[in-house]
Amino acid sequence: MSQAFRVPGGVALDRARPISFTFDGVAYAGYEGDTLASALLANGVRIVGRSYKYHRPRGIVSAGPEEPNALVGVARGPGRFTPNLRATEVELTDGLVATSQNRWPSLRFDIGAISDLLAPLFGAGFYYKTFMGPNWLGPNWAWKRVYEPVVRRAAGLGTAPTAPDPDRYARYFDHCDVLVVGAGAAGLAAARAAADSGADVVLCDEAAAPGGSLLAETRATIEGRPARDWLAETLQALGAAANVRILTRTQAFGCYAQNFVGLSERLPEPALIADPTLPRERLWQMRAREVVLAAGAIERPLVFADNDRPGILLAESARRYLNLYGVKVGERVVVVTAHDSAYRAALDLASAGVAVALIADLRDEASGPLPQAARAAGIEVAVKASVHAIRGRGRIEAVRLAAHPGGMRTLACDALLMSGGWTPSVHLFSQARGKLAFDAGLEAFRPGPPVARQRSAGACNATFGLQEALAEGDAAGRAAAEAAGRSPPDPRAIPVEGAPPAAGGTLGAPLHVLGDRHARAFVDFQNDVCVKDVELAIQEGYRSIEHVKRYTTTGMATDQGKLSNMNALAIAAAVRRTSIPEVGLTTFRPPYMPVTFGAFAGPARDDLFDPARRTPIHAWAAERGAAFEDVGQWKRAWYFPRRGEGMRAAVAREGRTVRAGVGLFDASTLGKIEVVGRDAALFLERMYANAFKKLEVGRCRYGLMLTETGYLMDDGVIGRLAPDRFHVTTTTGGAARVLAQMEDYLQTEFTDLEVWLTSTTEQWATIAVQGPRARDTIAPFVEGLDLSNAAFPHMSVRDGKACGVPARVMRVSFSGELGYEINVGSAYGLDVWKALFAEAEKHGGCAYGTETMHVLRAEKGYVIVGQETDGTVTLADLGLDWAIGKAKADFVGKRSLRLAEPAREGRKQLVGLLTEDPTVVLEEGAQVTATATPPTGSSALGHITSSYPSATLGRSIALALVAGGRARVGEKLFASTAAGAVAAIVTAPCFFDPDGKRLHG
Amino acid sequence: MLLIPCPYCGMERPEIEFRHGGEAHVVRPPDPSAVTDEAWTDYLYFRSNPKGVYAERWRHVSGCGRFFNVVRDTVSDRILASYRAGEPRPAAPVEARR
Repeated sequence: MSQAFRVPGGVALDRARPISFTFDGVAYAGYEGDTLASALLANGVRIVGRSYKYHRPRGIVSAGPEEPNALVGVARGPGRFTPNLRATEVELTDGLVATSQNRWPSLRFDIGAISDLLAPLFGAGFYYKTFMGPNWLGPNWAWKRVYEPVVRRAAGLGTAPTAPDPDRYARYFDHCDVLVVGAGAAGLAAARAAADSGADVVLCDEAAAPGGSLLAETRATIEGRPARDWLAETLQALGAAANVRILTRTQAFGCYAQNFVGLSERLPEPALIADPTLPRERLWQMRAREVVLAAGAIERPLVFADNDRPGILLAESARRYLNLYGVKVGERVVVVTAHDSAYRAALDLASAGVAVALIADLRDEASGPLPQAARAAGIEVAVKASVHAIRGRGRIEAVRLAAHPGGMRTLACDALLMSGGWTPSVHLFSQARGKLAFDAGLEAFRPGPPVARQRSAGACNATFGLQEALAEGDAAGRAAAEAAGRSPPDPRAIPVEGAPPAAGGTLGAPLHVLGDRHARAFVDFQNDVCVKDVELAIQEGYRSIEHVKRYTTTGMATDQGKLSNMNALAIAAAVRRTSIPEVGLTTFRPPYMPVTFGAFAGPARDDLFDPARRTPIHAWAAERGAAFEDVGQWKRAWYFPRRGEGMRAAVAREGRTVRAGVGLFDASTLGKIEVVGRDAALFLERMYANAFKKLEVGRCRYGLMLTETGYLMDDGVIGRLAPDRFHVTTTTGGAARVLAQMEDYLQTEFTDLEVWLTSTTEQWATIAVQGPRARDTIAPFVEGLDLSNAAFPHMSVRDGKACGVPARVMRVSFSGELGYEINVGSAYGLDVWKALFAEAEKHGGCAYGTETMHVLRAEKGYVIVGQETDGTVTLADLGLDWAIGKAKADFVGKRSLRLAEPAREGRKQLVGLLTEDPTVVLEEGAQVTATATPPTGSSALGHITSSYPSATLGRSIALALVAGGRARVGEKLFASTAAGAVAAIVTAPCFFDPDGKRLHG
Repeated sequence: MLLIPCPYCGMERPEIEFRHGGEAHVVRPPDPSAVTDEAWTDYLYFRSNPKGVYAERWRHVSGCGRFFNVVRDTVSDRILASYRAGEPRPAAPVEARR
């Protein structure tokens, strides 16, 4: 079978360049300029896919991006596989490998088609009703184990590729004066008018070749030239203009606020092969001063029983296949229509030698110039038509219809062309918040007044005549140029000949289909939604079209209802005996067409996915073989394994080393904010729960910041450097949040205060030196300060020098040991670290990572915000309410502490938990219960927040939040594990050196 | 993406430079200890959330860092006014620019 359906003509083709390709492993031939769809039709391939639910054989319905059936996967080499592409948009290239979807083992013989016989089980909302029992093996057992896996396997579209995508995707931000969406007649006229004003114009079109309906136009002339010549000349003039850019293969998929338009451009395969550095797709984020929408219209299918059989397609699409690609969709066709435009298709097909058995018009009369022309060409026309049955399963063989004259008859045919009229593409207008108005005369929603600076022209504005569309486009282009601040050209008369007006259209299902419980009359092809499904949904009480849509899934397929929405609306209105505006319209949301993940991700992948923050000491740790963990965007050294050590052994060694000698820890990621100004102390008093006014210069305080709702938000040590200057530290993850909260109150609530805030996180490298030998380690390097206990006690801060460079030294501890944190300028961080590390090694010290830091602080019962807390934990819950400045009249969060919930008795409190078996390490997040087997439905007492093996204590330890926990010390509770409940005794949350003697060493 | 006029920088900048700060003109009671629980929880949790004209706070985090207020129509996303924190909400926002 070699292109048996190819006929002479086809303006898009280059017949000098034959192409071979495969579909489901079978080799076929086509020409350059073909789409996959046109080439398949030329080769007589009729079944191209299986439907989603019933696995019915499906053929090509349309010639454009609205195609619901012909979804294919296209492979272009390793990693280059794209599922769910519309064959109508896939440009044929030599060696193209395409496969059909949702069928097994093959398209012709698909096991899944059994579901078509079981269709009564799959009505609207079937997943809510069917497959619910039996449940005697456990709740939802049958659903989880049997039905869902089977249904999931059977239903679906393409398979997602598994290999990484080797292609590059680019992202552009751009601006223009006038963006024209759609390069059909109206769009071209608009672009030309806007360009003549000197405006910066971008004209985009989804197709490979701009021109829209003009491409297939054979009869009309514009400005005295055949339409296609006019198209070529206009494109040439626009292409030559320096102020115009034409983007083909570019889908305007989203129209956001203030004319921010998303465009996705796909590059043609030959260009990519010629230049492998090109991106596969470009995502344009285009900000346009003015937008002209010339998006055209989409032809509607007719709703009748078995209207989904391969060989039944839209009339204008058949005309496009003929005129663009030299493909006849059949040898003998029947046309069923409610719109004059289908007569054009019939006339063109007849001229190409296709037998047109009958044009059956649903309307009472067909008397416009196009029907007259059809009659004059000898084509039989009958009116008052209704389709009653289709014969043929894999391909239409005959249609049984009633019409006047002729009555009921059966006509053999191998293709049926249908047209229910045209639906204006108002998607982008509506996305931009424009209100749609229902035009009862046209039976269409059309744009009302725009919200954004936009104009609609041509078929998307329900202006269907060629001459009228051109005039409207010209006017829109001029108006847009003027609104963008240019002087527009004079209005241009664009005379058109040979384009007689075409009118008509129908919506919904005819009366004999409505209420027929046996008719498989499809509204949404891809999602297998029939008329009876919509009827059932309404019968079951769904009224709003938004609910009907979700219950039946009509309009929820990849074509997003481009073909089905208006018919579904009309059916819902008919069943409810109300009007279409009364039923409402579903919301148009971006994207207008599917956009690839690659386009959205663009360059944001791998190393560029998210910025990584590294401390000045990072390279040293990496060299030493440290394992790293991500904390926000920071890379933090997690532990420093020695040869042959696993994590647990390394952490145990690091912990013992700190307790026995000294350890170095890179704390540079801690957030740091310098708070300066006359009212700095007062400001901190209001922002933190603690008191600060009386904090002496040179001393530190453990600061606790609450949200205004009274819960702990962040903590950190705050040192007073001068009466008007504080060094504030925050958690690593909370730095930005704390600064934002401070700025918020400073700028908008405490505006009377004179305070300046500066983030100094990345200005300082912070080296924590912890352990009984910490003083010995730093002493040789520190100048200008007395490290003795008397002169520099725990919780002190001094500016001095370390290793000869300016240093801010704090005596603080997050390990429970004698400890210092030495801050030096980031640029000096690595050198100072190296010097300190060499000294520490003399004392048997080591470097330790975040895991050991966590264990050491847990042994002391120090909390970590975000681990012990989750935004609903108060200071009292944690036993930290001693820190609250009780005398203060106000601070952020204070008033909320009196509200019922934070003050409630029996809240969860921080406790320690020691498992009866000291080798068992509980899981963080595990539930804590009063009994080993709590009754189903009862609440847990709390949960484990931290849990580690502790080398210091030679056993496991855990922290937990437990209801009324402090009163339960000594009680035996249970924690859930995968192996069952484990008993543990409640203790105070500090396991080591409860008196804190070591801090003051 | 919105284009937001920053009253401090004096120009429209894309939304990614800003962070939304919730409803504007929600004033923290000057003496929280003097208000009832109900008044306090109203301040904490209750917002007007209108369909239509809405005054909201924005912070130009990746610009000048300042908080300011914007009057925006939540239906059309049109920005009707932009003014500094502390200034009163314009009585009848005129559509300076769409």
